[in-house]
Amino acid sequence: MPGYSDPGFDTLALHAGAAPDPTTGARAVPIHLSTSFVFESSDHAAALFNLERSGHVYSRISNPTNAVLEQRVAALEGGIGAIATASGQAALHLAIATLMGAGSHIVASTALYGGSQNLLHYTLRRFGIDTTFVKPGDIDGWRGAIRPNTKLIFGETVGNPGLDVLDIPTVSALAHEAGLPLLVDSTFTTPYLMKPLDLGADLVYHSATKFLSGHGTVIGGVVVDGGSFDWERSGRFAELTAPYDGFHNMVFSDESTVGAFLLRARREGLRDFGASMSPHTAWLILQGIETLPLRMDRHMANTRKVVKFLAAHPFVERVGHPMLESHPSHALAQKLLPKGAGSVFSFDMKGSREQGKRFIETLKLFSHLANVGDCRSLVIHPASTTHFRMTDEALRNAGIGPGTIRLSIGLEDPDDLIDDLKRALRAAEKA
Amino acid sequence: MELTVNGAKTFCYTGGRPFDAAKPTVVFLHGVLNDHSVWILQTRYLAHHGWNVLAPDLPGHCKSAGEPPRSVEEAADFVLALLDAAGVEKAALVGHSFGSLAMLEAAARAPERVTHLALVGIACPMKVSPALLENALDQPQQAIAMVNTFSHSMLAPPPSALGPGTWLYGGSRALMKRVLASNPRVNVFHRGFVACDSYAGGDAAIAKVQCPVLFLLGRNDAMTPPKAAASLQQKAPKAKTVVVDGGHAMMTEAPDAVLFALRDFLQG
Repeated sequence: MPGYSDPGFDTLALHAGAAPDPTTGARAVPIHLSTSFVFESSDHAAALFNLERSGHVYSRISNPTNAVLEQRVAALEGGIGAIATASGQAALHLAIATLMGAGSHIVASTALYGGSQNLLHYTLRRFGIDTTFVKPGDIDGWRGAIRPNTKLIFGETVGNPGLDVLDIPTVSALAHEAGLPLLVDSTFTTPYLMKPLDLGADLVYHSATKFLSGHGTVIGGVVVDGGSFDWERSGRFAELTAPYDGFHNMVFSDESTVGAFLLRARREGLRDFGASMSPHTAWLILQGIETLPLRMDRHMANTRKVVKFLAAHPFVERVGHPMLESHPSHALAQKLLPKGAGSVFSFDMKGSREQGKRFIETLKLFSHLANVGDCRSLVIHPASTTHFRMTDEALRNAGIGPGTIRLSIGLEDPDDLIDDLKRALRAAEKA
Repeated sequence: MELTVNGAKTFCYTGGRPFDAAKPTVVFLHGVLNDHSVWILQTRYLAHHGWNVLAPDLPGHCKSAGEPPRSVEEAADFVLALLDAAGVEKAALVGHSFGSLAMLEAAARAPERVTHLALVGIACPMKVSPALLENALDQPQQAIAMVNTFSHSMLAPPPSALGPGTWLYGGSRALMKRVLASNPRVNVFHRGFVACDSYAGGDAAIAKVQCPVLFLLGRNDAMTPPKAAASLQQKAPKAKTVVVDGGHAMMTEAPDAVLFALRDFLQG
């Protein structure tokens, strides 16, 4: 039965959620910089507030430009809908706060972005939510860490910064056996390199600041619901399956068989925590997504060349990219990420911390800053920046050494990038 | 709420309002591989505007137990038994796709109990291609992809079932997979399509209907195109027809237009 399927990825990247504006004819997505939207009547107003009709009320809850972004990312991920947030961290917090409260427990990967690790290890504990950390490849560890009060399994598609590939089919299967959803941070891989929902994950979020935006201009996040997790069957989520007196005693799983999470996340999470995205930000991220397939191909082509160069350089001790057979996740990456495991990776130079510092300061094209996923190439020293709050032991568990350098490979001419790295390595070697 | 219909637990969504026997009742019936939630917006609105709403999951679908109907006639009998179980003497009936055939047949079997009949996305006959029938049985996930594509007509739908940011292709696909998985004993996809394909009672049924009839059709419906309702429309010359800008999944692609058409019809 060939020939019938949803539109392709490249088509959705341009068209999902957006049609010519019916009023003005504008072909590009308009930026709706309006806090609020006029009601047609008192009945319309009441119906919008009570979810009898769908539409925009106030831009903290929803906005037409943001809705285009939300539909587009949901389409690219194969989800049922999405919610745009003020940042990737806000997306993670929204997912967690929708699913649990004090007394709950999370099982999370040790290989996380430093900000996520902070949230789970320090901040959420202050609010009564405990987390057990498990090495991403320790399957028995994941299973053994689940408690009666566990509400979520959480990891990154490729862990930060060692690029440990999360075995989503296996981890999601054990999560589902226990009646738990799997949430993944897919920032590094984007839906172009991997669709976690197709592999078994239930919820996906992005720091849209990175590759989705792609131009280093705005901070934003987005969380996508795959609609696959059966909250009622799990029995662990009264938040979604029992009457909620904070919203008309709504039973979210009765309202929507597959969309209970999104209903509560928007009606409670955006309403009360308020970490919403600016429509201008949404527009800039949409501009990025329109060229996501083209950019990701170039990111990966450049990364392959740079990794090959570094792996052959005598002053480089280790290159941590799954495209190399030496990487512990090489086989899994071949299987789950056939287009590539991303353009953010780390490597260890031989030599001292001082030599590492000299390396970074000699680079000209690579910008020394705390971001990844820009169209420009970036460099940072994780132990002294993004992961500086972690203990030495936690750093080791996350695969980070004191001399580890993290690169985010951009879209420049790859020969120029290699020349820049060559020059900096030479300077470091002589320092 | 839960009712016991033909001895089986039956889930009925009531639109967020308690069932009140003093109010007029409207029953919403979903199509193949769907459940009550396809009506989320229209049911919730009407329930808060003076109507009792009963939107069941068909037997053997999602939250309802029982034997999934093998035919349109069995589904029609289920609807009438549901009215009995709820203590409702008369009701307006609204059905989508397979559900529209079941509501048509129910209105023919008990015309005195039906105040209004709204046929949403109806085709009569509702033939299903042999290839799709075969795939619904042997390769249901592939068949879901095909039906999902045919059921949608736009890449930029308005704010819909879950609010702004809903991606309808994904929502329908996830629901169909959930409904299929909800019954490990019976392939409700194949059984439902066989029931659609084999129903030959439409012409006889429409002749027996005594209440006002609404044909609510999607201009870009590739599953049940408006022209596929023509023979039935000819046999119901007093019926009203509303065509909305949407595909087969018009309740989510054109939620307001479908609501307004139903509201105006039910008020009439």
